[in-house]
Amino acid sequence: MASITLDHIAHAYPGPPGAPKHYALKQIDHLWQQGRAYALLGPSGCGKTTLLNIISGLVIPSEGRLLFDNTDVTRLPTERRNIAQVFQFPVIYDTMTVAENLAFPLKNRGMERNAIKRRVEEIADLLDLRPDLGRRARGLTADAKQKISLGRGLVRSDVSAVLFDEPLTVIDPALKWELRSKLKAVHQALDLLMIYVTHDQVEALTFADEVVVMKDGAVLQIGTPAELFESPAHSFVGYFIGSPGMNFLPVTIDGARAHADGAVFDLDARYAPPGAGQKVELGFRPDYATISRQGPVAVRVDRIEDLGRRTLARFTLAGKEAVATLVPGSGLAPGDDAALTIAPGHAHVFIDDLRTEGSPA
Amino acid sequence: MRIQSRSLFITLYLVLLFLPIYWLVNMSFKTNAEITGHLSFWPHHPTIGNYAHIFHDPVWYNGFLHSLTYVVLNTVISVSLALPAAYAFSRYRFIGDKHLFFWLLSNLMAPPAVFAMPFFNLYYSVGLFDTVWAVALAHCLFNVPLAVWILEGFISGVPREIDETAALDGYSFPHFFAKIFLPLIANGIGVAAFFCFMFSWVEQLLATTLTTIHAKPIVAVMTQVYSAAGMDWGLLSAVGVLTMIPGAIVIWFVRNHIAKGFALGRV
Amino acid sequence: MMDKPWNNRAWLFVVPVLIIVLFSSLLPMMTVVNYSVQDTMGQNNFFWNGVAWFQNLLDPTTDMGGRFANALVRNLIFSLVILCLEVPLGIAVALCIPKHGWRVGASLVLIALPLLIPWEVVGTIWQIFARQDIGLFGAALNAIGLHYNDTQDPTSAWATIVIMDVWHWTGMIALLSYAGLKAIPDAFYQAARIDGASRWSIFRNIELPKLQKVLVIAVLLRFMESFMIYTEPSVVTGGGPGEATSFISLDLVKIALGQVDLGNAAALSIVYYLITLTICYVFFTIMTQLDQRKGV
Repeated sequence: MASITLDHIAHAYPGPPGAPKHYALKQIDHLWQQGRAYALLGPSGCGKTTLLNIISGLVIPSEGRLLFDNTDVTRLPTERRNIAQVFQFPVIYDTMTVAENLAFPLKNRGMERNAIKRRVEEIADLLDLRPDLGRRARGLTADAKQKISLGRGLVRSDVSAVLFDEPLTVIDPALKWELRSKLKAVHQALDLLMIYVTHDQVEALTFADEVVVMKDGAVLQIGTPAELFESPAHSFVGYFIGSPGMNFLPVTIDGARAHADGAVFDLDARYAPPGAGQKVELGFRPDYATISRQGPVAVRVDRIEDLGRRTLARFTLAGKEAVATLVPGSGLAPGDDAALTIAPGHAHVFIDDLRTEGSPA
Repeated sequence: MRIQSRSLFITLYLVLLFLPIYWLVNMSFKTNAEITGHLSFWPHHPTIGNYAHIFHDPVWYNGFLHSLTYVVLNTVISVSLALPAAYAFSRYRFIGDKHLFFWLLSNLMAPPAVFAMPFFNLYYSVGLFDTVWAVALAHCLFNVPLAVWILEGFISGVPREIDETAALDGYSFPHFFAKIFLPLIANGIGVAAFFCFMFSWVEQLLATTLTTIHAKPIVAVMTQVYSAAGMDWGLLSAVGVLTMIPGAIVIWFVRNHIAKGFALGRV
Repeated sequence: MMDKPWNNRAWLFVVPVLIIVLFSSLLPMMTVVNYSVQDTMGQNNFFWNGVAWFQNLLDPTTDMGGRFANALVRNLIFSLVILCLEVPLGIAVALCIPKHGWRVGASLVLIALPLLIPWEVVGTIWQIFARQDIGLFGAALNAIGLHYNDTQDPTSAWATIVIMDVWHWTGMIALLSYAGLKAIPDAFYQAARIDGASRWSIFRNIELPKLQKVLVIAVLLRFMESFMIYTEPSVVTGGGPGEATSFISLDLVKIALGQVDLGNAAALSIVYYLITLTICYVFFTIMTQLDQRKGV
């Protein structure tokens, strides 16, 4: 199996008859390609777990079809879908050794003993579990147990997709990085389709080839980490990704300029006047905006945060709090008058939360 | 197919479970003449005479009153005394704490038969013989340790930080305990109260040994029926049915918490 | 897990419990110990008897000793039999309790009901139920040709008491197991299905290991109660026919309250209590061992 297709998939949990349907997952069409690593990123309740459960078979979608390659598997039970799943907490068989844990799926499928042994050792090598093969699974650390959970999914050679549901939740912060790198290494070694659900953008951005950002049951954007960072399609994407995320100022647009509370921003495109009642915002990342003594927009510094590698300055503009990078050596202190400069090409216009391109100025 | 056999099994189990109870109810609506006359699946000449007798005869309905009284007394006493002790065991270490805890639990394993005679002497000598207080206190032998054990488990599930925050916020300890802490372990108190009620309500040996006339519990009144001329099966059955009602009511109210309760916060 | 702080003033919290349990437990036991080492000429006239009562009790060739030895064997056999019956049955029932809807609450209530019936009434129910003349059970068994008579035939008497105990207490094991099963997260079942495990395999590799702790508690509680059993057999068979169902507590009550044979009763009480404590201590140790070995 090479790919997974979501065809008009949507899911509303059954409610009282006659009541309007509440969609936990709004309609989505997407093709997940073989061998790529995807992340489903979003806050709690955004529908990412529902989507994962639809793919794994725990939930049958109320609308739409799910295709593995070209086969309709929408109603096929989990165990027949050739997927592997890693959960939020390690799922291992307490009474068995590590080797027996890994061998379990193969034994249930009637594989021959030597073939099982070879395969178990192969996967154990891949996951650095070789020295622990003879130990009881029960006594190992949480990250080792998660590796066993993963390993049990990988031993089956007919597995084509691995689904992860926030797998690093119970892992010690110090070990998260290691386990993340191991997951990436496994992905590269086995060329499997991997779908990884998380609410942590660092996990998503480091693991995935493509990230699916979700909110309130809808997919807001699908793109590479770079695309999401540089060209967020939705204001939520801009806000959620990045640390700190994008700043948003309510503005009025006049041709190639944006106005906010007396400040004027030059835009690099012309915009037609927005309709009445539309929400117009200017979005810019702190990474591409600087606070210094001189610049086009006057602000007053509220607070300064020293993060080590860079220093951030917090200020208020057009009634909203914003943050930008403090130019080193500027000698500014809280309460000082300063100026904001946004790097060209990094001031984005969002109309009704959607990023809008103008015509060339 | 699998699902079918499961519900079949449990239905069969429940039906068999209810057979003796159904039989008792069946007999409670028959007269003695009919009972000893012939066997039948339902009363051919149904009568509520047995139940009427119970409701009119003070010995019988007082029996119920006495039983309910000492059970409630015991539950209140056991849980109230156990709460501070459970708190201490859960939150602090002190000299002899482990030994004391184990000794407490060992009282759960005290055969009532061993204590029947000593209790008889003891409560007689303090003048509490034949009172509901005697039974209520006697049942504390096993109910207090049980309540301590259950509550300790639940209290340990509440983070210490809550106690410390309350202290920092300036709450006096009694205020903190009553207003803040108790609501947090309401579940545990419910579980402990349930088990105290259960073990006190069902116990017979001590309840009978410690009473004669004035505090006779219903289970003791029932034994009287044996010495009457010819067994009064109908009456006995009716009493039996009535004694099942308090238990049924209690379970009905806690049915949604049964699973959690039996976990005792420790499973 | 922070270490608990030392605070000897915590004793104040424990004092009320201490007082009442001392009153209920230590004080009576002191009188029992007293009686166990004394003999009386009547008229409240006691003299020291040393360990004579105990020697008498623990010597199977004496009257008392023989009686005790037989009763002990009966108790142990009884506890073993009911454990072998109730534990598997309880687990089986727990596995079959419905998962959704109104049936869950209804099943739990019905399963729990026998646990809240006063033990006297449990005995009465079965006393009636097992009779050949007025009881459905007794009559039915005789109707299909079995020679069942629980007042005259020791086998029938034993069978009745065993079945009564299973009827009475299986619910407790079922409820405890049910609580244990509910604590197993769904993910384990899902993972097992993905692994292609059979139903039996799921039971052996997931459910049973996770029920371990609950089952130890259940076995401990059932053993304790069954070893101390008094009321139900007292009502149904009175210890008979002959001495066929005379368990230790039945003998003890007869000797203590019936015959007021203080010395023998006291010695028997102490030995009985000690045996119970020892076996429970062993269970308790096993439980805490399991706790420690659990790990993450």
